[in-house]
Amino acid sequence: MQGNYLAKRIGQALLTFFATVTLTFVLYQMMPGGPEQALRNQILSQQMGSSNTINPEQIEQLVENYTNLESDAPIYVQYYQYMSSVFLEFDLGESLYSEDTVTSLLAERLPWSMLISVYAMVIGYSVSIVLGAVMAFKEKSRFDSVSSVVVIGLNSTPYYVAGILFIFFFSIRNNVFPTGGRYGLGIEPGFNPAFMQSIALHAALPILSMSVLGLGTALTMRGNSVRVLGEDYLRVAELRGLRNSRIATQYVGRNAILPMYTQFMIGIAGVLSSSVIVEEIFSYPGVGLLVYDAIQVRNYPVLMGSLIVFTLVTIVAILIADLTYGFIDPRISSGGNNE
Amino acid sequence: MSNERPDDDLETLFDADIDREPTPRSQRLKRQFDLYVVAPARVAMTDWRAVLGTAIIAMYVLMGTVGVWLVDRPTSGDAPTLVPPFQNPNYILGTDTFGQPIGAQLIHATPDMFRMVFAGAVVSIGFAALVGVLSGFLRGSKIDTILMSITDIIITIPGLPLVIVLIAIFQPGDPYVIGVLLGLDNWPGLARTVRSQVLSIREESYVEASQIMGISTGTILRRDVLAQLMPYITVNAALASRRIIFESVGLYFLGILPFTTLNWGVMMNIAYEGNALSKPSMYHFLAFPLLTIFLMSFGLVLFSQGMDSVFNVRLRARHSSTIDDDGGPEP
Repeated sequence: MQGNYLAKRIGQALLTFFATVTLTFVLYQMMPGGPEQALRNQILSQQMGSSNTINPEQIEQLVENYTNLESDAPIYVQYYQYMSSVFLEFDLGESLYSEDTVTSLLAERLPWSMLISVYAMVIGYSVSIVLGAVMAFKEKSRFDSVSSVVVIGLNSTPYYVAGILFIFFFSIRNNVFPTGGRYGLGIEPGFNPAFMQSIALHAALPILSMSVLGLGTALTMRGNSVRVLGEDYLRVAELRGLRNSRIATQYVGRNAILPMYTQFMIGIAGVLSSSVIVEEIFSYPGVGLLVYDAIQVRNYPVLMGSLIVFTLVTIVAILIADLTYGFIDPRISSGGNNE
Repeated sequence: MSNERPDDDLETLFDADIDREPTPRSQRLKRQFDLYVVAPARVAMTDWRAVLGTAIIAMYVLMGTVGVWLVDRPTSGDAPTLVPPFQNPNYILGTDTFGQPIGAQLIHATPDMFRMVFAGAVVSIGFAALVGVLSGFLRGSKIDTILMSITDIIITIPGLPLVIVLIAIFQPGDPYVIGVLLGLDNWPGLARTVRSQVLSIREESYVEASQIMGISTGTILRRDVLAQLMPYITVNAALASRRIIFESVGLYFLGILPFTTLNWGVMMNIAYEGNALSKPSMYHFLAFPLLTIFLMSFGLVLFSQGMDSVFNVRLRARHSSTIDDDGGPEP
């Protein structure tokens, strides 16, 4: 059964990726007047600086270079060419305003986005799981009610508002963290402590404000734990004289976390989504900022490429989560009903 | 106003010629009103979160309806620029860099906000309920597989970048259209929750009983399944609204949505771009929109939390006056 489960999950991941690339193709076609019309103005304004005039064939050629779409071919040929260039040549087109290919632009930025997203997820979720569990253990205590209100309050704060407040208090009022960028000026990149420290300082605030996103989980965790704490098997475990730590992790923790699986899955996509706004606020040059810059000048190939890469990252993350989930909950991989 | 005792019920059940007086319409209406309006309201009154949440939302509704009518739409140069808050009673919240009163701007942004939230919530909740109920009820069939594959694909695509691409292509200015676009990436998570709820409801004995009695699938869906789902749908409608507010304000704040209307995000954008963070004279220009968004989503979150307890069947039965108070039905 294990192999079957694995194959099914990987098949689903591939299908999702295929569907996303198809979606970007559809989005290109949905542009008013098709991709050629939509890109013409961009290309014309871009060519304005150089004095050479440009004729319609050249525009068509440029559109093809940028987007992998040959706009006068029949639609199925276009679709085939587009898909094959993405899947076989890993070619996502070319940026309209620089000489770079979209793939190289994204490859340069992606690690930075991953850095802050992964830490934000890990911090946000582990803090809220622990907090939720403690709240449940101390149900109806003062700690429980105070932290409930605090969590609800944080949950109502958009992450970008949190970001603005962080900048205000930590960067402008007290010069603890820098306001933007990846690392300080004049620091030699490489494996030296100063560089590492600078990266950590610059990433701290974006990570903090993105992890606000995950905090709503604390309330779900609290509810689940309270429910599990009332179950009969827990009383049996206590009567068996098991250690409290074992009851807390193996019995309560495990059974309370498992139902939140879908929430985590959506959380992965949510954190990547939020990077567009967070990276702009902190002018942190990751993929999100690339999207932001691309939208300002309608740099469609970069936009579509970013969408594809964002989805790819999510797919891989969900796949990893899926496969590890089978370890934690054996019912899934043995073909039991999900949910 | 108590109904027949259980043994009366049994007798009528075995009575061949049922000659029972049908419950008069007015009585039935009264009973339904008691069950669905009065009792929930009574439960809600006991839960401070529901009370506070409802009060906050009601305040915003007033702002968007009566407030718009009372306060004139602000225009540039109405007042001196950057008046600090709480100094001039005409502009209590101060004015911005163009001399527009901030309070009036906040108020006039509310109706469009509600339009957006309404469209987005309707789209996401409607889609989620439809897909979730359908695939939950047809579990294991082709339709279920297809619907869930689509759901999983859309869950995976990060919503904001997709919405940004869509906005770049269509340049929507109408709040309803923006709401629908934002709602589109919002439904899959809820659809999955609804589906798993439907799956567990389907196993309940009363659904089985209805099936054995030969009641049509449509009626079962409506009376047994959908009624049980209402709690989830209401709670999630509030949360979906909060998400749509977050995302739309965020997109206005980034300047990605066209500045065709007054919006809290537009105000934040202008203040933030004007370096309000490092200019104490502009603090209020940024702070009040932030506070407005926070308060509205705080109200929605509290409301959704409070509703959780309202939909607790046992609790509701205890507060209803037309139901016998002997423990209520077993869940």
